[in-house]
Amino acid sequence: MNRFFNIIRKELYHVFRDRRTLLVLFGIPVMQILIFGYVITNDFKDIGVAVMDQSDDPDSKALTAKIFASGFFKFSGAIHSEEEIHKAFRKGSIRAVFVIEPDFSERMMQGELARVKIITDASDPNLANTIVNYLSGIVRNYAIGTGVNPSRLLVLHAEPRMVFNEKLIGAYMFVPGTLALILMLISALLTSISLTREKESGTMEVLLVSPLRPIQIILGKVTPYVLLSFINGIVILIIGALVFDLPIRGSIPLLFFELLLYITLALSLGIFISNISSSQQNAMFISLFALMLPAVLLSGFIYPVENMPLILQWLSALVPPRWFIVILKDIMMKGNGLAYVWDETLILLGMTLLFLLASIVKFKERLTA
Amino acid sequence: MRTIFILIRKEFIQIVRNKSMLPVMIVVPVVQMFVLVYAANLNMKNIDFVILDLDQSPTSLKLANKFASSPFFIEKGRVYSIVEADKLLRNDRADLVIQLPSGMEKNLTLGQGASVQFLINGINSMAAVLTGAYAQNILMDFNRELLPQYHRISSNSLQNTIEVTYSHWYNPELDFKIFMVPGILVILVSLVGWMLTALNIVREKELGTIEQINVSPIRKYQFILGKLIPFWVIGLFELGFGLFLGRLVFHVPIVGSLLLLFLFAAVYLVSVLAIGLFISAVSETQQQVMFISFFFALTFILMSGIFTPVESMPDWAHWVNLLNPLAYFMKVIRMILLKGAGFCEVWKEFLSVAVYGSLMTLLAVRSYRKRA
Amino acid sequence: MRFNYTQPIIEVKNLVKKFGSFTANDHLTFTVSRGEVFGFLGANGAGKTTAIRILCGLSKATSGQVFINGVDANTKPERVKKMIGYMSQQFSLYNDLTVEENIRFFGGIYGLSSKEISQRSEQLFKRLEVIDLKNRLIATIPLGWKQKLAFSIAILHRPAVVFLDEPTGGVDPITRRQFWELIYEAGNEGITVFVTTHYMDEAEYCDRVCILAEGVVQAMGTPESLKKKWQVDSVDDLFIQIASGNRLKNA
Repeated sequence: MNRFFNIIRKELYHVFRDRRTLLVLFGIPVMQILIFGYVITNDFKDIGVAVMDQSDDPDSKALTAKIFASGFFKFSGAIHSEEEIHKAFRKGSIRAVFVIEPDFSERMMQGELARVKIITDASDPNLANTIVNYLSGIVRNYAIGTGVNPSRLLVLHAEPRMVFNEKLIGAYMFVPGTLALILMLISALLTSISLTREKESGTMEVLLVSPLRPIQIILGKVTPYVLLSFINGIVILIIGALVFDLPIRGSIPLLFFELLLYITLALSLGIFISNISSSQQNAMFISLFALMLPAVLLSGFIYPVENMPLILQWLSALVPPRWFIVILKDIMMKGNGLAYVWDETLILLGMTLLFLLASIVKFKERLTA
Repeated sequence: MRTIFILIRKEFIQIVRNKSMLPVMIVVPVVQMFVLVYAANLNMKNIDFVILDLDQSPTSLKLANKFASSPFFIEKGRVYSIVEADKLLRNDRADLVIQLPSGMEKNLTLGQGASVQFLINGINSMAAVLTGAYAQNILMDFNRELLPQYHRISSNSLQNTIEVTYSHWYNPELDFKIFMVPGILVILVSLVGWMLTALNIVREKELGTIEQINVSPIRKYQFILGKLIPFWVIGLFELGFGLFLGRLVFHVPIVGSLLLLFLFAAVYLVSVLAIGLFISAVSETQQQVMFISFFFALTFILMSGIFTPVESMPDWAHWVNLLNPLAYFMKVIRMILLKGAGFCEVWKEFLSVAVYGSLMTLLAVRSYRKRA
Repeated sequence: MRFNYTQPIIEVKNLVKKFGSFTANDHLTFTVSRGEVFGFLGANGAGKTTAIRILCGLSKATSGQVFINGVDANTKPERVKKMIGYMSQQFSLYNDLTVEENIRFFGGIYGLSSKEISQRSEQLFKRLEVIDLKNRLIATIPLGWKQKLAFSIAILHRPAVVFLDEPTGGVDPITRRQFWELIYEAGNEGITVFVTTHYMDEAEYCDRVCILAEGVVQAMGTPESLKKKWQVDSVDDLFIQIASGNRLKNA
């Protein structure tokens, strides 16, 4: 037992002496949360729109004013020809041109069809779509406002209610995602690098010849990272709760259990990677590109899984963060208990066992080779 | 000059021999492009919904069917109690519950109007907002169809008297892929450039071969150029390769001048590689390089405007982006490829990247010491 | 006379190197002549590697003067580097390059023309009898050959001085013998060999030795004269006496 603690202590020295890595490890989640919280928002504002007002009458001016009073759009100049539109789009200063066709007021007063046209720079198609939606909405409101008495006409009212997230706090999405990513980073990446480093420098063989059993060596090396991950995870949760009002509606012990389970999974992945990598560089690249990137993109962290083509949805099922994020959201935001998350938990458990088994097999292979 | 050539030749031999590097440089971009581009889709479709029809009238049935036949929504069944609905929401079986109140048809006939409740899973706020918008649109449509029934007015004359048409330039089909591919190319080229450079130099440090260089008459600038030039070439190659793939598989348009793009990339790569050089100069181990690179890479990528438009970012983010080389390239590549921007439209970014590159290179060179 | 006492190739005067409050080199003073095989001995941590790194221009002295072939190593390290060769403890040949590629690289770095490089590499291969190893990667070559190759490449450009930092770690006695033959040949050609080692038997091979302990020169001279002075039979005993003597002094 004593020897076991020795290894843990040695590993802790390694970890805490490397200030740079430590800084980055705690810095990344903070930075990520900040960016996701304040930068990548759903806020739709200050979108540059230019106006080509071919009517220049009271109604067209009023409509234009209404558009820019909304706060979504920023008035970016008046346009007088199609060529100007091309130029402006190419410069990238505006995202759309709002064209009001001639005789606007006249047509409205005579109950004829008045026409407006929205020309978007659809190089960013999502934005273009949103612009069209918002602008159409404003135009529609304007029409209703000046048109026939509206209140009798709406018979069916919509009452949308956001469940689990009344205020539509964006943090609900990205804090679990950040958690999944960071824990994966620490546990899988660091572990695999640390183990491969020992292999490269030959100190692994020294350990293997010592009276320690392989399982003790591996556990010993891996424990500090469990600690580190756990602390980091809690820090992220606290930041989420304090800064973004992220709730934890479900049971906290269950949450911690799932956290530990996920950490263990990531660690077993790290061990597995170290077994199949011949060098640190290899380990790093495999961890980064084969793990991290798909983890971020396929896990549903940023892009919803439902929108992906079928093949990718299946691939997504193989990515541990995907399940972990579901569990986190269930427990934290929906307040679900084990009854709802048992299937995802089982999946994580299964994956952990799989990787541990694979690692043991690979390890034995090398020893008897 | 001969010294630099010798250094470059050695680098290329090593790179080609490094068996794990080649697949990384070729396979990874390919895989990334495919996965990323197909996965990165913010358009909503296949929203799972259930109907809680407390009215069970012909009108409510018609409304239910209207939702079911919409391309955005997939009906996952009908429920008959709010408890059931709650369970489905918790279970992730449905993201939307449409509650049609009892007595809906009756109220409409009496001219009193009725409220349809949409219970939306709000955890993914972006998706929730879009779901709400789509659902409301369908309801509005249904509303209009109902009007002639209840008010004996032709629905035509009650239409908005303003007709809105729209035209999407440069990407009329709103293909998200041609928007994403250039963005991904930027990330690829940048990451490969700076991580490989940084890792390469730190590896020499770790192995000790850098001592042999330090003790030789190789000048600092020769060493640095010898390290940067190979990866600069590789970066440009990656860009070309990626563009080729993008064109072939995703039909990314190339409206503007490729020459201009590559010229910009050539200047841009200098800044990116300089960052890698700087990171390697301040790191001692490959692990540190990895983590520091990852940190900056993530920050830069997220803030570069790949997902969300730069305009919508808060003001302080704009200041930070001045130091973010990826933001410049992200903007320029889309401008050139999709809109055909020419030099007069991108000269400002060109200048910025050139200045950034020079400053960064100076900083990196100064931080690299031959003598402790 | 293989070397000329009146032509010092290395001059060190009161060299001091401190790391914070720790003094690694404490006022070292010595000279080395052209063509000498000069042994720099000491236990680990005595300051050998620190000193050699300063002489090579890899590190800057805290105070004192170092002249290599008349050039001030402190102020003109780059000029010095053209005149020296270096072989570190780790050999520093590129593992993923072949023997020939390494030769081409280092030869080019030191300004040799292609003709010179091919001439000298042929000589090298003949001398070491390794013509069939030409296209092998360094990583696949056994330690002994690597060592001899590293040395030969270090002197490819015929520097005035070649610095060897613990070059013979971990090789068998026969290989070590062969290695020292190479060193003697270099000396005969007029290349000064400055070698650090903690193998005391190798010290017997040197023209002169300098024994370092705790950052200070404890003894300097030919192995013969030192053995006589301290009345011991081998440099090994000499070293033990000096080192333990110091410990007694400091106790």
